[in-house]
Amino acid sequence: MSLVGMTIAAEGTAAEPQRAASKTWTRLTRPLLGLAVPVALAAAWEFIVRMGWASGRLAPPPSVIFNEFVDLARTGDLQSNTLVTLGRVAAGFAFGVTVATILGAAAGYSPLVRRLLDPSLQALRAIPSIAWVPLFVLWLGIFEASKITLIAVGVFFPVYLGVMGAIQSVDRKLVEVGRAFRLSDLAMVRRILLPAVLPAYVIALRSGLGLGWMFVAAAELLGASQGLGYLLLDGQQLGKPAEIVAAIVAFAIVGKATDWLIVLTAAPFLRWEDVARQD
Amino acid sequence: MLVLDRVSKTYPNGVHALGGVSVAVELGEIVAVIGGSGCGKSTLLRAISGLDPASEGTVVLDGERITAPHEKIGIIFQEPRLLPWLKVADNVGFGIVDRPKPERAERVGAALKRVGLADKAAVWPRELSGGQAQRVAIARALVPRPEILLLDEPFSALDAFTRTDLQDHLLDLWADLKPTLLMVTHDVDEAIVLADRVMVMCPRPGRIFDEIDVDLPRPRDRQSAAFDFVKRRVLVALDRSLNRAATVADGETKTEAGAAMWW
Repeated sequence: MSLVGMTIAAEGTAAEPQRAASKTWTRLTRPLLGLAVPVALAAAWEFIVRMGWASGRLAPPPSVIFNEFVDLARTGDLQSNTLVTLGRVAAGFAFGVTVATILGAAAGYSPLVRRLLDPSLQALRAIPSIAWVPLFVLWLGIFEASKITLIAVGVFFPVYLGVMGAIQSVDRKLVEVGRAFRLSDLAMVRRILLPAVLPAYVIALRSGLGLGWMFVAAAELLGASQGLGYLLLDGQQLGKPAEIVAAIVAFAIVGKATDWLIVLTAAPFLRWEDVARQD
Repeated sequence: MLVLDRVSKTYPNGVHALGGVSVAVELGEIVAVIGGSGCGKSTLLRAISGLDPASEGTVVLDGERITAPHEKIGIIFQEPRLLPWLKVADNVGFGIVDRPKPERAERVGAALKRVGLADKAAVWPRELSGGQAQRVAIARALVPRPEILLLDEPFSALDAFTRTDLQDHLLDLWADLKPTLLMVTHDVDEAIVLADRVMVMCPRPGRIFDEIDVDLPRPRDRQSAAFDFVKRRVLVALDRSLNRAATVADGETKTEAGAAMWW
């Protein structure tokens, strides 16, 4: 081994315990970095209101919001409304994803199906989803069915596009392996196309979920007697901005938690990915 | 027995890739197909495999016409093309999923041992080196026990050492069940080490220019005089095949030096 090589090797061994320690440190502090900006802004606002430089009436400081949060939790309002909203999102998500996966896979794999269905679906996609609300209410009533359908429609399009696009971009070389092994159409989709599109599918699911949360807020704002969206409305009508912000914070927390759930559930199925950087 | 009768292939864009190839390959034979670029050797292989059927002529295997991938035909590509979401063992067993689990496990285990990768059964494809991945691809192709194995420049993406290693390995594997091997290569040494017959193709349109029998006993010594002699014959045939093509296309002869540069 050359002198240079030996020096590098020696340096390497000396640096090893140092590097391991700093690695643990970064692993602990990295998620905290994401909190740095919001915490800083919240602390600044709290300070400004405490100093009397702003009234904090319309934009309550964090302490007031926190108290409202605790109040809602104590009465059980927070929990019951959250569960209602969560239930709607879950149902809408389940329906939307199921239909989107089936249609997206079919359209991605079969040019005939794509030519038959895609133009109509793209046209439907262009309609602002909220515009469906009056129709759904007339068709399905003002209770759960219309809300869940709206959420399902919101979830449908990103997942459909994601699945279809992903299947069309599967590496031709792998599809040929499937052909060389004489896989039937169904087997080709099941054994080659769907596993190949799994990473893109997870991304599509996460977008769909994001839209699902957006539409549940819209559906609940437009007429609900329960749910986090109802809390938004209640806060507005009774002039309680703290309630509104508390509901918004609840939306953010539960929304993030559901997204994190998808990532966590999918992680073991994506261990095979050959990517430049592993998060 | 594999019989090709006037196999031709014209692509939709008008390119006349193959112009009437007729060949008969016996069971258990090893045939190498070699030629300058654009001579249609990969096209020929794909036509035989059924992945890209011929536009004219017939491919007949044991009396059966081949127009689509067939269970008796295995194929190995230039890249390993392992399915990245399956571990090595699952990749190797890809062609026999309809067999009962214990049989599958046994056959996969035996194949992995045969290619020297038994310890890599539970590893992801992304963790394998190029040579290892290609060995897994070979194991995968051999597990269903095909009668004929088509190889499309299987070792061209590997370094010289790994290449010679895998060439010897392939002969080893071939000795097990003696499938018919039809291998496209641009490496003359490889063709002579492995094949019983070397077919030299010429381009525009692709057809067989010459056939050279390699009558050397195996294992073949790459350094021996006999090897060198056969190699010279193949190289001359290759040169001439390109000269000939040049004459046909442009109506003027190119010198050997020119052809060597050109190729």
